Amino acid sequence: MRFSRLMALVAAVSLLCSGMAFAGKDLDAVQKKGFIQAGVNGGVFGFGMPDKNGVWRGLDVDTAHAIAAAIFGDANKVKFTPLTAQQRFTALQSGEIDVLTRNATRTLTRETQLGLNFVAVNYYDGQGFLVPKKLGLKSAKELDGATVCVLPGTTTEQNAADYFRTNNMKWKPVVIENTTELAKTFFAGRCDVLTSDASQLAGTRAVAPNPKDYVILPEIISKEPLAPAVRHGDDQFRDVVDFSVLAMINAEELGITSKNVDEMLKSKDPVIQRFLGVIPGNGAALGLDEAWAYNIVKQVGNYGEVFERNVGVNTTLGLERGLNALWTHGGLMYSPPFK
Amino acid sequence: MKRATLDTQTSGTNGDLPPTVPFWRDPDKRGMVFQIVVLLLALSIGYVLFTNTQANLKRQSIATGFGFLQREAGFEIGDPAIAYTAADTYSRALLVGALNTLKVSFVGILLTLLLGVIVGISRLSRNWLVSRLSGGFIEVMQNIPILLQLFFWYALFYEAFPAPRQALNPLPGVFLCNRGLIFGVLADHPVHSHMLIALLVGVFGWWLLARWGHKVQDNTGRILPIHRMGIGLCLLLPLLLWLFAGAPTALNIPVLKGFNFSGGVTVSPEFSALLLGLVLYTSAFVAEIVRAGIQAVDRGQVEAAMAIGLRPGQVLRLVILPQALRVIIPPLTSQMLNLTKNSSLAIAIGYSDFVSVANTTINQTGQAIEGVALIMAIYLCFSLSTSVFMNWYNKKMTLVER
Repeated sequence: MRFSRLMALVAAVSLLCSGMAFAGKDLDAVQKKGFIQAGVNGGVFGFGMPDKNGVWRGLDVDTAHAIAAAIFGDANKVKFTPLTAQQRFTALQSGEIDVLTRNATRTLTRETQLGLNFVAVNYYDGQGFLVPKKLGLKSAKELDGATVCVLPGTTTEQNAADYFRTNNMKWKPVVIENTTELAKTFFAGRCDVLTSDASQLAGTRAVAPNPKDYVILPEIISKEPLAPAVRHGDDQFRDVVDFSVLAMINAEELGITSKNVDEMLKSKDPVIQRFLGVIPGNGAALGLDEAWAYNIVKQVGNYGEVFERNVGVNTTLGLERGLNALWTHGGLMYSPPFK
Repeated sequence: MKRATLDTQTSGTNGDLPPTVPFWRDPDKRGMVFQIVVLLLALSIGYVLFTNTQANLKRQSIATGFGFLQREAGFEIGDPAIAYTAADTYSRALLVGALNTLKVSFVGILLTLLLGVIVGISRLSRNWLVSRLSGGFIEVMQNIPILLQLFFWYALFYEAFPAPRQALNPLPGVFLCNRGLIFGVLADHPVHSHMLIALLVGVFGWWLLARWGHKVQDNTGRILPIHRMGIGLCLLLPLLLWLFAGAPTALNIPVLKGFNFSGGVTVSPEFSALLLGLVLYTSAFVAEIVRAGIQAVDRGQVEAAMAIGLRPGQVLRLVILPQALRVIIPPLTSQMLNLTKNSSLAIAIGYSDFVSVANTTINQTGQAIEGVALIMAIYLCFSLSTSVFMNWYNKKMTLVER
């Protein structure tokens, strides 16, 4: 009796291990599962945060919806995992999530050493400093001796160290893992400065007890191209995620919105016909339904719509398009041809 | 001789038929076989996990190895125990983290023992108020999760105290604000390290005195004021040295400069909140252990001790505690380990302990497996040295008692 139980254990363990060793392609696994598991930020307003009703909202959240729309034809087939800056890459490496859409900066070491592939950038950002107005600061150069609140394990943390070092200034970091807790600490005056990506600073200021008491200093000290990431090892899945982001940008370039996409199906323009799958080819090339791009635009919207809805000038964040405008409008958003 | 051992081995199961018992019915041999099977199983699981991990890492082309330890860390640490800048290596950053963990655990354990013993003894006090107060303390502290307590204490520090410019100044040279407790110290002088050595010599002298005093008491029955002499020795030696060095009195007083105080010594709110949370939480458990230990001592022991005319303090110190310690020490060890392990919650309130630094390292280098291995090794090291020390102490206490 005892021995047979032991044998069962051996069998179970060996099964488990073989399953781990020959894990299928990521795209197959996702399709079989029927939904996509996306890692998002749990507490950055406008990018990834649940609203009052517990519904996830934000630019990164919508990016994940777009990927689901491309794969399943249903933007709602996403499950969200809130991750801290310290957990995010390990969660992706270990397969806890399929895709990371959580304002992560693409860097050389992350791309090479972490076994990750970043795809098209969905927000061009840069690091800034948020300070209380009453300190009367005009520039980040006046921050010598300051106590700085910063998230641990971020490029922000390293940039700040670099910036203070090059400018020969002393500083003291206060590192707290939880974004909300960090902001609370800053608002209570534990630190003189909060440093993060400018978009996040805007998001933090938006939820401040008194947003008008805080000001973002003019210096932007780094480039932060924020992009979704997938694991190495499944090029097809990487392409799907990459082109899901690009499809939103391309749709904006072509003037296709969630409102007019049905009209556009009747367009005579072969570029639009190819994009929306009226002329087949693109979907088959990605291993998806031909209506994949149509589904993204119809259910999620083009990049401009997603931007304005989550972070644009009419939202609490009130961010200008800036670098994130289309290349035709002086920004960096540019999509390769869909053919 | 050989024959006899064989007999005693088999006699338990099957009387006097030793050679005819088939080996699968022999509990000893069967046990051995099972042990070998389990060992092989464990080894093969280990092997599969290892090769599987290697294969997965290779497939995803994640870098491996400990080479990263020599690279520049590039991040600052808020409250380093030794000199550290962002230009130092990852190994130095990790060392700072380990020392920070050690610092908070060590101070935490000492304070926990002190508070725990006091609360535990007062729980048994005949004074109604004292006993109820410590009972209430134990109930409250044990039943609120430690993470919540940490958030509470930390919030108290940064919410209740003013900004540096409005810092409270209860004593000259001492400031209290949301950057921590900042106080003046004697300015660096070479004699300080010598004074520390003198203090250690004083402690050693105290120990020698105590031994000599015991001998005198054993031989003559005379009780000498050993401890008063010992304390005198510990104070006098460093003081003499200090006077001999010309009594340097230069002070390093904190002054408000720019954003913050410079000079003096700062105890950060992160450290204080973590220490406070750990001590209050763990000491409640220690108090219960102490109470149980004391109650485990037979009532007759107390009566006997009182009958020979010992005062209540002496009864506690000479009769009850030595016996209670036997019961107390093993669970106490596990509370010490708990405190050390719980200190890793530091990351929630921004104290840079080992786990926090290691996590940042993992995040920057992507070497999660190496990083987690280091975390495990460090905590194993802390835990093992604690329990080795406590086992030694436990053995010593039982010997003394016999």
